[in-house]
Amino acid sequence: MSMKTSTRQIDGVTIVDCSGRITLGEGSVILRDTVRELLSKGQKKLLLNLGEVTYIDSSGIGELVSAFTTVRNQGGELKLLNLTKKVHDLLQITKLYTVFDVREDEAGAVKAFS
Amino acid sequence: MFRIRRLVHKHFAMTELRVSYTLDSTLEAVDNAEQAACRIATESGFDEDEVMQISMAVREAAVNAVLHGNAYDPSKKVKVDFERNGCALIITIRDQGKGLDPAKIPDPLAPENLLKTSGRGIFLIRSFMDEVQILPSQTGTEIKLIKRVHGPSEGVKEASQ
Repeated sequence: MSMKTSTRQIDGVTIVDCSGRITLGEGSVILRDTVRELLSKGQKKLLLNLGEVTYIDSSGIGELVSAFTTVRNQGGELKLLNLTKKVHDLLQITKLYTVFDVREDEAGAVKAFS
Repeated sequence: MFRIRRLVHKHFAMTELRVSYTLDSTLEAVDNAEQAACRIATESGFDEDEVMQISMAVREAAVNAVLHGNAYDPSKKVKVDFERNGCALIITIRDQGKGLDPAKIPDPLAPENLLKTSGRGIFLIRSFMDEVQILPSQTGTEIKLIKRVHGPSEGVKEASQ
């Protein structure tokens, strides 16, 4: 299943619902383009909902890091929501779990944006 | 083109298997290598987590071979061999690139590298497999991935060695 994203707004926060595989090629490109497009529209509070992401490879991890730093460099914030066990474990072993602000509750995550 | 040669010697009683694939230097081939690894690891009786680890390690090694080794060169191939014996699944992936020097791979866990957007592939492979051998040469890189069977009988065998 290829990567898909859809976006919605709650209280000034853009929630990006991601599903499928974030892997080298199409999946990574779709995530990159989605984040760039949102930033270009001035939407800088991004909550990536990864609950339906079935698979992520090292390229996908790199894309998450890239999204995080790109948003931060433009004065925004990017948080992660609803990690699956696979993605959670990958972020743990790559020591990125503490780099990202990882949330499990959408309402709480939205409130956590400054 | 994905499969030009497939050699299978199945002896179910001994669970031995040898399968050889020759792949183009494309992203589609990477997906195919991953799917083959997933299928063979599942058939070999590895549990769900181990199957994910094996298929991801193969994917990462195939990505390295296609991107960094063969650099998408259509004249270069990636060879993937799966060999299963009674105690392990051994996957060998060879490219026709310039040769990867494992000593030059930066540590992706070092603080200065944590926010880099690439460089985690070999680290993940080493995390997921029991043994990894990287054999670079001027005619390409060979990486051997070994995942041992961790069933109850195997534990007894290992303990007695």
